Amino acid sequence: MSAPALTFVILAIAALGWQIGRRRALTVAGGPANAHSLHSRPVYFGALTALWCAIPALLLLGLWVLFRGSVVTALVVADLPPELRDLPENQLALVVNDIRNQVAGNFVRDDASPVIVGAAERYRYFDGLGRLVSTVIAPLVALLGLALVWRRIAPRVRARNHVEGAILVFIVASSTVAILTTAGIVLSVLFEAFRFFRSVPLFDFLLGIEWSPQTAIRADQVGASGAFGMIPLFTGTLLISAVAMLVAVPVGLMSAIYLAEYASRRLRSIAKPLLEILAGIPTVVYGFFAALAVAPAIRDAGGALGLEVASQSALAAGLVMGVMIIPFVSSLSDDVINAVPQALREGSLGLGATKSETIRQVVLPAALPGIVGSILLAVSRAIGETMIVVMAAGLAANLTANPLEAVTTVTAQIVTLLVGDQEFDSPKTLAAFALGLVLFLVTLALNVIALHVVRRYREQYE
Amino acid sequence: MNSANGARRVTSTVADPRFQARLRRRYASERRFQWIGRIALALGGAFLALILGTIVANGYTAWQQTFIALEIHFDPERLDPEGNGSEDALLAGDYGGLVKAALRKAFPEVRKRRERRKLQALVSPGASFYLRDMVLEDPSLVGETRTVWLPADDDVDMLFKGHIDRSAPEGSRRLSDRQLGIVDALAARGAVEKRFNRAFFLAGDSREPEISGIRGALVGSALTLLVTLLLSFPVGVGAALYLEEFAPRNRWTDLIEVNINNLAAVPSIVFGLLGLAVFLNFFGLPRSVPMVGGMVLALMTLPTIIIAGRAALASVPPSIREAALGVGASRMQTVTHHVLPLAMPGILTGTIIGMARALGETAPLLMIGMVAFIVDIPHTPFDPATVLPVQIFLWVDSPERAFVERTSAAIIVLLGFLIAMNGLAVVLRRRFERRW
Repeated sequence: MSAPALTFVILAIAALGWQIGRRRALTVAGGPANAHSLHSRPVYFGALTALWCAIPALLLLGLWVLFRGSVVTALVVADLPPELRDLPENQLALVVNDIRNQVAGNFVRDDASPVIVGAAERYRYFDGLGRLVSTVIAPLVALLGLALVWRRIAPRVRARNHVEGAILVFIVASSTVAILTTAGIVLSVLFEAFRFFRSVPLFDFLLGIEWSPQTAIRADQVGASGAFGMIPLFTGTLLISAVAMLVAVPVGLMSAIYLAEYASRRLRSIAKPLLEILAGIPTVVYGFFAALAVAPAIRDAGGALGLEVASQSALAAGLVMGVMIIPFVSSLSDDVINAVPQALREGSLGLGATKSETIRQVVLPAALPGIVGSILLAVSRAIGETMIVVMAAGLAANLTANPLEAVTTVTAQIVTLLVGDQEFDSPKTLAAFALGLVLFLVTLALNVIALHVVRRYREQYE
Repeated sequence: MNSANGARRVTSTVADPRFQARLRRRYASERRFQWIGRIALALGGAFLALILGTIVANGYTAWQQTFIALEIHFDPERLDPEGNGSEDALLAGDYGGLVKAALRKAFPEVRKRRERRKLQALVSPGASFYLRDMVLEDPSLVGETRTVWLPADDDVDMLFKGHIDRSAPEGSRRLSDRQLGIVDALAARGAVEKRFNRAFFLAGDSREPEISGIRGALVGSALTLLVTLLLSFPVGVGAALYLEEFAPRNRWTDLIEVNINNLAAVPSIVFGLLGLAVFLNFFGLPRSVPMVGGMVLALMTLPTIIIAGRAALASVPPSIREAALGVGASRMQTVTHHVLPLAMPGILTGTIIGMARALGETAPLLMIGMVAFIVDIPHTPFDPATVLPVQIFLWVDSPERAFVERTSAAIIVLLGFLIAMNGLAVVLRRRFERRW
């Protein structure tokens, strides 16, 4: 049986266990009338039984699903003739791939060697065996759990405490998932990045001004070494982000001010959700819009003015990204402006300042830390944005500050390096993880600073 | 005395022309400031209108597709040469030949080999699948002659939708003069018609725009979202419950909190790197499957759900908890029987918003290989699949003009789902929001 079907079977057994456990509890108590002699309400005995059915069996099944591939492959590889088994790792991977293809019936070669065919047979055998064993064992474990609890159900069993303990364990575990995710991100990116820095020195990567990640087929090829300097990528990212912020900050901030200080209730209730729609549009749609409409329009406009504009200019990607970021800036600044105490405004107005003078000279300076924080958050958003730059910015790593030229970004390069089938030990693929590490660290730093600034600012007025 | 003095000074200041000039300047500046605000707001609205307008203007034509009517003779010679009528034989029939024969019969004057090829290029290469499906559904068609509406090639479709300029020189046009003549002749016979584009909703991806559809991507998106929901909802609610209701305030819980806030702002592509390194390379899970895509997106939406969940739990007044504890409920009973149900609308709202974001997400899925060209429609979370945003991304890269229209149409469908989900969230909030 397949894993989803088995999961279903186990859950069915657990549901059955629930009923059985509940009935059993009532029976040992001596009927529903005596339910009060039980330590817990009968439903908790049911839940306890169901938990004992489902949890061990599902854990077992999960382990099997996770490790089935590697276990079966290891068994098959161990049976290969020694001359194949002792191949270097990457060639062995090719052989394993051949075997898997043979098993799946994809690209079956008529001239497949008998060794591969034999190995494929064994692969099928082990896989089938594992499937059979898991089909038998997982439900058996579930039934075993049922029987175990059934025998131990007694009026004094503290079923509720057990069940509540299990729930507590689950929710504590849930809350650590966030930590595990962060740890997973840091470790996986660090690990691959270290492998990258073994072949490319750290300082060449951080300070190099040339980026051309080639994989050489022959050692004497031109550009065989490849150049992995991230400076052009980073300047490209900053250039596009700068253009984006030039659009997003004035528009976002001024709309936030207008909405917070001037707009009528009705205008606010219409305009705010409309701006929020901009934040809800998927980035792939922005990318399409940039590539289809904005980039050609800018190129044509530039041509009319006699300027040379690349067809994938940084300006186009930056403009569209700026539009995407407007709602971030405006809704964050809106919160910040609304948090400025009314007394400050009234004091200023009472001295005879006009509304705009109050805003410029009292409200904005008071809200400045919060606004800076929200702009930093928006910058981190711009740096990490991927789809717009993949679709609308180029791939040429130019080191330039001219927004009319094509530049590439960190995220766009990560995508180009990793999309499609790649061998997993060339510097070219590993470079993507090094870039990912830089990206993660930069955005993390920006976020931490921004959150800190915003929090400090909030405390000031609370 | 003093006050009289003051009053005189005020009148004199107000009458002072310099004061008046300054006041005018200040009021002008006030008006300018307001106008800047209005313009900023209008710009935001204009951008929104421009984006949606561009997409709708490009995409609405994709609901229709040009069809060409042909007299198809279901020639037994070609379909079932052995005459046994079995399904295998019918599957292997030469349906392309039927189309060719029908075109030849309709235009006997086209003789030259090259011109014939151009003639055949007017009908979609996918037309043979249409005929095959017709015959498989009704094998008695073999031997009959029917008028069948077949999808036209994407170039013909574009011509009728006005995207091909007839006045352009022949060399720079996708259709030659001769082909234009034939198409016009067909149109004059009433054999060209725009019909509802069913293939767009019922077919998988294809290299031919006229027979490509979004069903595969839609099913892939649904499977991925299902996995995301099943993983992130229980874990997110659990984490929110623990942090809000049970956790002591100490270094560890502070760390978790800071972590969650930071995770919410980590670029989505970094989650893709995590999925690639951990799920694919370490655990060896298959590439391109909704299961892995759902796992990655679940990690990504978790912070959203946790933050929304905590806010919803925090808004339940303490009196509810105290009352439950007072009548003897355990802490867990208090939470599961009273607090959680009251917070559920808020949690669900947050979850729906998180799901909407996951539905529109592309970058992390590129990392785990959901960017493959997949024709088959997936059935389980372990079948290779793609999702709607990635399908859009793939179509943007295709050179055919007709894909622009289909990309826009796919975006309209995607935006439709997003609007529906966000609308549901708003309704939920309005309906069940409770002020204590």
